[in-house]
Amino acid sequence: MAEMDTSGGGHKKKGPGVKKAKKASTRVDLTPMVDLGFLLITFFIFTTTMSQPTAMKLFLPKDTDNPEEQNKAKESGALTLLIGAKDAVYYYEGQLDAQASNFKTSTMNQIRSVIIDKKRSTPETDLVIIIKPSDEATYKEVVDMLDEMTINDIKRYALVDILDIESQLIKATEGSGGAQ
Amino acid sequence: MARPKIARKSTIVDMTAMCDVAFLLLSFFILTTKFKPDEAISVTTPNSVSSKAAPEKDVTLVTITKDGKVFISLNNDAVKQQLAEELNESAGANLNPTEVKEFVKASFYGTPLSQLKSFLALPKDKLTDANLPGIPAKDTANNEVVDWMRYIVTAHSKTGDKFNLIVKGDNMAKYPQFKNVITAFKKADQFKFQMITNPEGIPTGTDLWRKFMKGEKIEQ
Repeated sequence: MAEMDTSGGGHKKKGPGVKKAKKASTRVDLTPMVDLGFLLITFFIFTTTMSQPTAMKLFLPKDTDNPEEQNKAKESGALTLLIGAKDAVYYYEGQLDAQASNFKTSTMNQIRSVIIDKKRSTPETDLVIIIKPSDEATYKEVVDMLDEMTINDIKRYALVDILDIESQLIKATEGSGGAQ
Repeated sequence: MARPKIARKSTIVDMTAMCDVAFLLLSFFILTTKFKPDEAISVTTPNSVSSKAAPEKDVTLVTITKDGKVFISLNNDAVKQQLAEELNESAGANLNPTEVKEFVKASFYGTPLSQLKSFLALPKDKLTDANLPGIPAKDTANNEVVDWMRYIVTAHSKTGDKFNLIVKGDNMAKYPQFKNVITAFKKADQFKFQMITNPEGIPTGTDLWRKFMKGEKIEQ
């Protein structure tokens, strides 16, 4: 402990004229040091961020030119999500019709309800979600969308290249101020 | 009335033991903390609900910066050595033994194959994402990531090490860049990869959340 043996062992008694030196206690109050120690611990704990990055898996399909080998999606169960610029998401169910009347606009925050609606109204074996990011989409939006699939527990989804007609539609919608 | 004297006890507690504990904990925390290595390539990764930790061993990391530059890094020295030989043999990189050593030491690669020699000669402080051109992945015709992936796959199969393919993209990176990287993976017959993300909570009320609450295993 923080004391030392200060008794002078085996000294002869000093003469009568010699004053005894006052024995100062060597005991130190350690309270401030404990305070400091715990202060540093709390400081380090609070400033440390647990930076263990996580990873999400993605499996890619093999590219095949042979249409026989390609996965087919039932039209009634398909939902196509197009990711535009600045969080805008466009979607249509089934096939895009000639007048693009089923082409709808949404945003990244509201798309979840669209996905949930589709999931509730479609038998699970038929449900396929097709994600088509446009050239304006950022990596974050793509990852968010893939994450949305995990969040809504979608079993079948695919990341597919956008078609020209679809990117033109997005441009037209953006141009007309359909999405901010 | 004479009361018996109650001996007055000192209220001072010996703080030494507590002090020991405090500093023991402090030194424990300081010594066990791993500092994040200063990254030459700065990337802000997106969030996802995935809770699986990213692998740390035998990683082939493809980084996409916000300007769309692509960098490749490996953390297995044996594979890097093999990769250098592979590049010498098949890509005509023409590295001499000292350059091969530099190649193994380098933490990442970010130049076209033709400039690899001058890249390896660069001093450490010049190795930042702003200074380097990145591996060309602009279009399908000139996609060197394909070549890199092929050599990396061969190098891995020769050394017999595990192959963990990871993509680390910046939030602001554009999708076409990412698509080019995926295309390169496909061409090198790699259909499985992982994306580095920051963990975030599962939104309440969603299907995944319900599953999680029921205690079912969540597949990622």
